[in-house]
Amino acid sequence: MFDFLDNPQYDLLGAFWVTVQLALYSALGSLILGTLLVGMRVSPVPLMRGFATTYVNAVRNTPLTIVLIGCSLVLYQTLGITLAGGDSKTIGFRMAVLGLAAYTGTFVCEALRSGINTVPVGQAEAARALGLSFFQVLTLIVLPQAFRSVIAPLANVLIALTKNTTVAAAIGVAEASLLMKEMVENESDSLLAVFGVIAFGFVLLTLPTGLLLGWVAKRMAVKR
Amino acid sequence: MSSVLYDTPGPRAKRRNLLYSALFLVLLAAGVWWALSMMAEKNQLTAEKWSPFVTDSAIWTTFLFPGLGETLKAAGLALVIALPLGALLGIGRLSDHAWVRVPIGAVVEFFRAIPVLVMMVFASAMFVQFTTIESEVRPLYAVVTGLVLYNASVIAEIVRAGILSLPAGQTDAAKAIGMRKGQTMRYVLLPQAVTAMLPALVSQLVVIVKDTALGGAVLGFSELLFQIRSITANYGANTIAAFTVVALMYIAVNGLLTRFAGWLERRLRQGGKSSGATVDITDIDTELGGGVAEEVAVRKGHGTGT
Repeated sequence: MFDFLDNPQYDLLGAFWVTVQLALYSALGSLILGTLLVGMRVSPVPLMRGFATTYVNAVRNTPLTIVLIGCSLVLYQTLGITLAGGDSKTIGFRMAVLGLAAYTGTFVCEALRSGINTVPVGQAEAARALGLSFFQVLTLIVLPQAFRSVIAPLANVLIALTKNTTVAAAIGVAEASLLMKEMVENESDSLLAVFGVIAFGFVLLTLPTGLLLGWVAKRMAVKR
Repeated sequence: MSSVLYDTPGPRAKRRNLLYSALFLVLLAAGVWWALSMMAEKNQLTAEKWSPFVTDSAIWTTFLFPGLGETLKAAGLALVIALPLGALLGIGRLSDHAWVRVPIGAVVEFFRAIPVLVMMVFASAMFVQFTTIESEVRPLYAVVTGLVLYNASVIAEIVRAGILSLPAGQTDAAKAIGMRKGQTMRYVLLPQAVTAMLPALVSQLVVIVKDTALGGAVLGFSELLFQIRSITANYGANTIAAFTVVALMYIAVNGLLTRFAGWLERRLRQGGKSSGATVDITDIDTELGGGVAEEVAVRKGHGTGT
C-alpha cells in the first residue's frame, strides 16, 4: 500500500523541505512587513495610518490564491518583474514568498496591534514624561512588551502560514501539496495512503510548532 | 485623540506630522507612478483593456456574476453543511464521557492541522475513484467537501468556546431545577452560546468565501477567480484589469461580511441579552487555518479589543 514511497520519482522529503523553506522565509518577511505596518497604523501621521489601514483591510479580504496568482501572473509574467532573476523555478519560489509575506504581514500587524493595546497607558505616559519621542516610545517601551504578549497569536499565524504555503502549488512551486496532486493522479489505487502521508507531514509540521510556541508564550508573557 | 503612544499634538507636533505626511505622500506617489509607468510600458493601461468593464455588460453577465454566484453557492453550501456538523462536534468535545470526547477531539484537531487545499485535492480524487459524480459538478463537490471538513472542525471550536464562555452558574442553576444534561444544553447553554459566537461565525464565513478560490486555481471550479482566465482570453490579454476587478469584488463581499460581523457584535453587546462574552475568532483561526490545541481565548465584555 505504501510502496509508492519507494518510487524515486516522488521526492517527499524534498517537497516538504520546500514547504518549510517557504514558511520560514515568508514568516521572516511577514514579521518585518507586519511590524512596519503596525508602526504606521499607530503612528500620529494620519496619512500613514490611512495607508496602513487600507492595505490591511484590503489584503485581509482578498483570497491568498488571488494574491499569489497575482504575483505570478501580474508581476512576473505581465510586468516582467523577476526579483533578481534566475530560472522560472526560483522566480516562482520568490514570488510565492513575496505573496505569502504580503498577505501574512497583515495578520501579523493585527496581532501586534492587539498586543500594543495590552501595554498599560501609564508606561507610555511615563516614557513621554522622560522626553522620549514617538519612535522611541514605540521601539523601546511598547513593541518589546507587545511582542512578548502576542507570541501565542503569532504562533497561530505561523501555523496558518505553514498550511497556506500549499497555495503556492497554484503557481507551480514544487512543495508538498503539488507533489500530492501528482501522486493522487498516478497512484489512484492507494489514495488513502497518499493522503495519510501528506496529512501526517503537515501534522508533524504544525503540531510541534503550536506546542513549542505555546510553551514559549507562557514563559515570555508579561505578568500583570 | 491621545493614545498610548502619543499625546494630542501641539503646534510643533502638528507641523512635524504635516511634514511627515508630505514626505510619505511623495513616497507613495513615486510608488504609484512607478507601478503605472511599468503597466503603461506593457500596454496594460490602454483604454480597450479597461473599458469593457464599464461599456460591455456581457463581461459581467457572462463571466463575473456567474463566477461570483458559484463562489457564493459553494461558500453557502459549505456553511450550511458545516454548521450543524460543527455544532455536534463542538458539543461532543464537551461530553462527560471520555469515549466520546477523546475521538471527537482527535478528529477536530486532525482536520484543523491539515491545509484545506490538501483536503480538496483528496476529495476530488476520491470522487473520481469511488463515485459516479459527473465531471462538471465534481469540482463543486470537492470544494464543498474540503471546506466542510475543515470548517466543521473550526466551527466546533467556536461552539465549544461559546459554551465555555457562559458563567458556570448557568449549568448549576439548570441542575438545581432538575434539568438533565441534554436539556441543559438545549434550553440553557446553546441559545446563549449562539449569541456569543454569531460574530465569530460570520467572520468564519469570510474565510470560507476566500477559500473557494482554491477550487478555481487547483481543481478548475468555475468560481470568480477562475473567470479571469476566460476574461483575458476574450478581451485582449487584460490581465491586470481583470485581476483588479475580481480582487475588488472579493474585497467588497468580504468587507461587507466583516462589517456585518462587527455590527452584530456591537449590537449583541448592547442588547444585554447575552452574557456579554464573545468568542474571539482571531485566537481560533487566523485565516485559512488555525492552530493546534491552543486554549481558545474568550473575550469578556470590553476586553482588549482590537
